[in-house]
Amino acid sequence: MSQDTQWPLWEVFIQANPGIPHKHAGSVHASDKEMALTNARDVYTRRKEGTSIWVVPSNYVVASNPDDSDMLFDPANDKIYRHPTFYIMPEGAEAI
Amino acid sequence: MTKQEALFTYTIRLADNALILGHRLSEWSSYAPILEEDLALTNIALDLIGRAQALYKYAAQIEGKGRGEDDLVYKRAERKFLNDLLLEQPNGDFAVTIARQIFNSAYELQLFEALSKSKDETLAALAVKCLKEVKYHWRHAYDWLQRLGDGTEESHSRMQKGIDDLWMFTGELFEIDEVEMMLIEEGIAVDNSALYQKWNTVVTDAITNATLARPADGYMQTGGRKGVHTENLGYILAEMQYLPRAYPDATW
Repeated sequence: MSQDTQWPLWEVFIQANPGIPHKHAGSVHASDKEMALTNARDVYTRRKEGTSIWVVPSNYVVASNPDDSDMLFDPANDKIYRHPTFYIMPEGAEAI
Repeated sequence: MTKQEALFTYTIRLADNALILGHRLSEWSSYAPILEEDLALTNIALDLIGRAQALYKYAAQIEGKGRGEDDLVYKRAERKFLNDLLLEQPNGDFAVTIARQIFNSAYELQLFEALSKSKDETLAALAVKCLKEVKYHWRHAYDWLQRLGDGTEESHSRMQKGIDDLWMFTGELFEIDEVEMMLIEEGIAVDNSALYQKWNTVVTDAITNATLARPADGYMQTGGRKGVHTENLGYILAEMQYLPRAYPDATW
């Protein structure tokens, strides 16, 4: 098996505008956190995509197991009442 | 020499510096050590090409002889290019490129800071925009200088060699001649000689911080600002100008 000679992987989150959540944009390789940040800037914000960047070492991201999908996500399928679709929007309001 | 001629020459020098370094950095495209660095170097190249475009446009306007940006870039001979010799030097290995970026970015940080107070409104406005870009170019180069200098034995020796090899091209950055003298009096041009002390402090600190040695000052190369270049510029222009010279006014 070939040895992995790549630098550590970092996940990149970009905030498109002030006040909205950071969204996962992709990943970069970098040897340290400063390099991760500048690499993320160069790879993911070249076209004015961002106003703020977070980088997180990929091995710190804890992911759910695909085998658990049935247990974790299916029970939400028939709980339509959890969506706020039964309220009547006051006239003129665009969002509640 | 009229003030108009001096301003044209001064603007062309700034533009040629941006174009030639931009071209050099663009040569890294698809050759950089990793994908992320490939994008970083070509991003910087694009900043420089954009800067060059704005400056050539302004130079053409100052000259007022009907030449456009493309004429200035593609139809001038080597002796008419007035860029600093440092910027036309080959990319070498990655460390040489970083050494060139360190020397030039440290210089440009101060140049554009000072030029943003120029009495020429166009140059002042461009300087404000360039300064933002150069701050990032400096950080990019500075971080790499530290990593390579304070990295492995090989990266250390290569970084030292890059600095040593290019040191003799740094003296030219701080020269002033009659073109600049005339415009300095008008409050338009930056007095380059006044930038040396701070440049020296900043660059020396960056080098020693990276556990490298600042080269001793020796013979300094000169001539670029008068159109007397190293052989490297000819090769750059041959590649850059081939197509528009072979197929004049080609469009696509």
